[in-house]
Amino acid sequence: MMTAPASTTTIDLTQRFPGVVTPDARPGYSGFIVEKDKLVEVATAIRDELGFDLLTAVTGVDYLPENKMEVVYHAYKTTGGPGLVFRVQVPRVDPVEVPSLVHVYPSADLQEREAWDLLGIKFTGHPDLRRILMWEGYEGHPLRKDWQEPFYEEEVKPFKSRWPDGKFFMAEDRNPFKDNLKFPQNFDPEKWIPENDEMLYQSLKRYTVKSEDGMTTDRIVVNMGPQHPSTHGVFRAALTLDGETIVGLKPVVGYLHRNHDKIGERNTFLQNMPFTDRLDYFNSMSNNFGYAITVEKLMKIPVAERAEYIRVIMAELSRIQNHMVFVGMLLNDLGAMYTPALYAFEERELILDIFEAVSGSRMMCNYFRFGGVVRDVPDDVLQKIKDLVFDRLPGKTDEFERLLSENEVLVSRLKGVKVVDAETAVKYGVTGPVLRAAGVPYDLRRADPYSVYDRFDWDVAVRHNGDMYDNYLIRIDEIRQSLRILQQAVKTIPQGPINSQKPQYQVRVPAGESYGRIESPKGELAFYVVSNGKPNPWRYHVRPASFVNITCLEQMCIGTKIADFVALLGMLDIVMGELDR
Amino acid sequence: MENEKLSLPQYDIPEDIQNAVAITTLDRLYNWGRRSSVWPLMFGLACCAIEMIAAQAGRYDMARFGMEVMRPTPRQADMMLVSGTVTKKMVPAIIRLYNQMPEPKYVVAMGACASGGGPFKEGYNVVAGIDKFLPVDVYIPGCPPTPQALIAGMIKLQEKIDKQSIKKAPWYNKKVKEDVNFVPVPVLGPDLMDPRRYEEIKAAAAAKEGA
Ligand code: SF4
Repeated sequence: MMTAPASTTTIDLTQRFPGVVTPDARPGYSGFIVEKDKLVEVATAIRDELGFDLLTAVTGVDYLPENKMEVVYHAYKTTGGPGLVFRVQVPRVDPVEVPSLVHVYPSADLQEREAWDLLGIKFTGHPDLRRILMWEGYEGHPLRKDWQEPFYEEEVKPFKSRWPDGKFFMAEDRNPFKDNLKFPQNFDPEKWIPENDEMLYQSLKRYTVKSEDGMTTDRIVVNMGPQHPSTHGVFRAALTLDGETIVGLKPVVGYLHRNHDKIGERNTFLQNMPFTDRLDYFNSMSNNFGYAITVEKLMKIPVAERAEYIRVIMAELSRIQNHMVFVGMLLNDLGAMYTPALYAFEERELILDIFEAVSGSRMMCNYFRFGGVVRDVPDDVLQKIKDLVFDRLPGKTDEFERLLSENEVLVSRLKGVKVVDAETAVKYGVTGPVLRAAGVPYDLRRADPYSVYDRFDWDVAVRHNGDMYDNYLIRIDEIRQSLRILQQAVKTIPQGPINSQKPQYQVRVPAGESYGRIESPKGELAFYVVSNGKPNPWRYHVRPASFVNITCLEQMCIGTKIADFVALLGMLDIVMGELDR
Repeated sequence: MENEKLSLPQYDIPEDIQNAVAITTLDRLYNWGRRSSVWPLMFGLACCAIEMIAAQAGRYDMARFGMEVMRPTPRQADMMLVSGTVTKKMVPAIIRLYNQMPEPKYVVAMGACASGGGPFKEGYNVVAGIDKFLPVDVYIPGCPPTPQALIAGMIKLQEKIDKQSIKKAPWYNKKVKEDVNFVPVPVLGPDLMDPRRYEEIKAAAAAKEGA
């Protein structure tokens, strides 16, 4: 499969940097270990000489028993093909310092901030290293293995008290503060001075420049969110404005940080499946898909043939309803309040009916298992899917287009309003429809194929202007392509078992690491899982599309009018559940 | 409301004017007006908010209960539908919104998260239920509650409104000077700090051995 780097690059890197780059020899691991001091140099070579232009994931791992901290980088080529994993290891002594790669790969920006926030890895040279998911002033770095949350009970689940003991108690009863709280010894809340976003506004200050004609006009800072009708959830942006023009922007996130990674590391492998549902809550099927293939890769098990088809069907249905809702919500943001969204929700309900029929839940499907899916698709449901993908949805997509695509108001509002160009998008790690609308035909279903997508005849949707209109059109294109895949899949789905494994509560996962990625409707959704052979993952990290995509938000918005901000944000199609995790 | 429901049963109104005359109490009329136009705050926190939107849309249509007018500003809202996980980072903003809502105001906790932390309760950034801070009127179980469950919860809220009396309602009581429902906004410190509990926190932090 895909993580093993091609042998040519192995020779290149270790010969190019003798003594600096060494292959990672640990069993189950791949890629290279880079000396910390030379990291920037090596990364530049990886980008410029080897052509790995897209740095998708940056994350840290706390190897407590070995007393090491590691930062793992996953780089890919936008032309497709396998990726390159490189990593830095540093002793686990504070301050843990690693050089920042922001200047080589700007896409590392927010991800490095996240690693600082949750793991306490200081990225030297990072221009704005603040906490991102938690607030400034929060005590400790939660993902460190020796950090315990206030409701800590045991290292890993299942907790002994629940199984086999079977005792019930309230978590509150065991906490000295009788709540989900933790304070340092002798802490006095009255003496505490809250941080009050001083650092955030400080970081926006750099945009203040003297005007040329000697007049000093004030720039104003506007906060949008976290409660704002058009930020798609609890997203907040601090904008600096010069008149109506945006001159600076900082996304402020973390208002829905639900500690996915920490909970995931306490869970067993299978227990994480329902939690992935709640990442991008529009597309629980896609999330399941990503997590399932990640762990399957680690376990080295095949997937049952019929299940592969079921997976593709569910993921593509999910993409269709996501894009329909996207169009509806976009029109909401543009001021066509509700009517288009109501059309979208009508179709969405029909697709949710299918999800409910196969999994039992409309939104939180928890449907995939390692090696297959949990329940079969009965014939009558398959018939329903056929009716949808052959009759109803193609017609409805046409109707969408007829009502919107040629609509004069919509066209004049969207056409020519720049979202992002290809070069910037790649630099900032943007993936998904936004990247493809900018002219880069990078779709993981083709570029790094997984499951059975290679058996179907379909095209990667791509548009070339990178403006809002193209960003809208590409969603419609993708709906059509998904329908094509679906029509072939429902026709050719084989009979047979739906799981290659026996149903089990606890799976055996050999030690090693695995990075699995899929093309979710929002972009690249990836999971990075490290196992040490125990029933629980040692490291469980989600690389969500929304989170990395907003790294580019500032670039997209600078120079545009504030009225466009909401639409630009809408174009990225963020969903807070996966953005904040 | 149909006339029969509005009229009190103990009065015999001649049949020919039954369509034109109703005898009722002020409370009933007042509550009928309020229960039929509960304006929710347009406010989504997490996954549950999507089901809230679905309940507003075609198939379920909350407009049937007069609850379709979502207000983005708290100053025009009657009900706060806490639809999703309440995190420590978000809770100061939620409390501020709540304090800005005019009386009478209601809080509905939608879903497992808002009711008690839900699947994420053990998380370090998660508040185990909005009722740690706000008085909740209706809890709706589910993860997420289906639109039907949400509507059932809304009907429960209407029943609650029906039982209130204009005489006892604190929001018209001249003697009540301060906002009885004012909740002090929590502060983000090393952890979430509820101003009402400062003494308690101080004592517990002093007593905590080791750490
Ligand atoms: S109760 Fe479930 S669906 Fe609702 S916000 Fe919590 S996790 Fe999401």
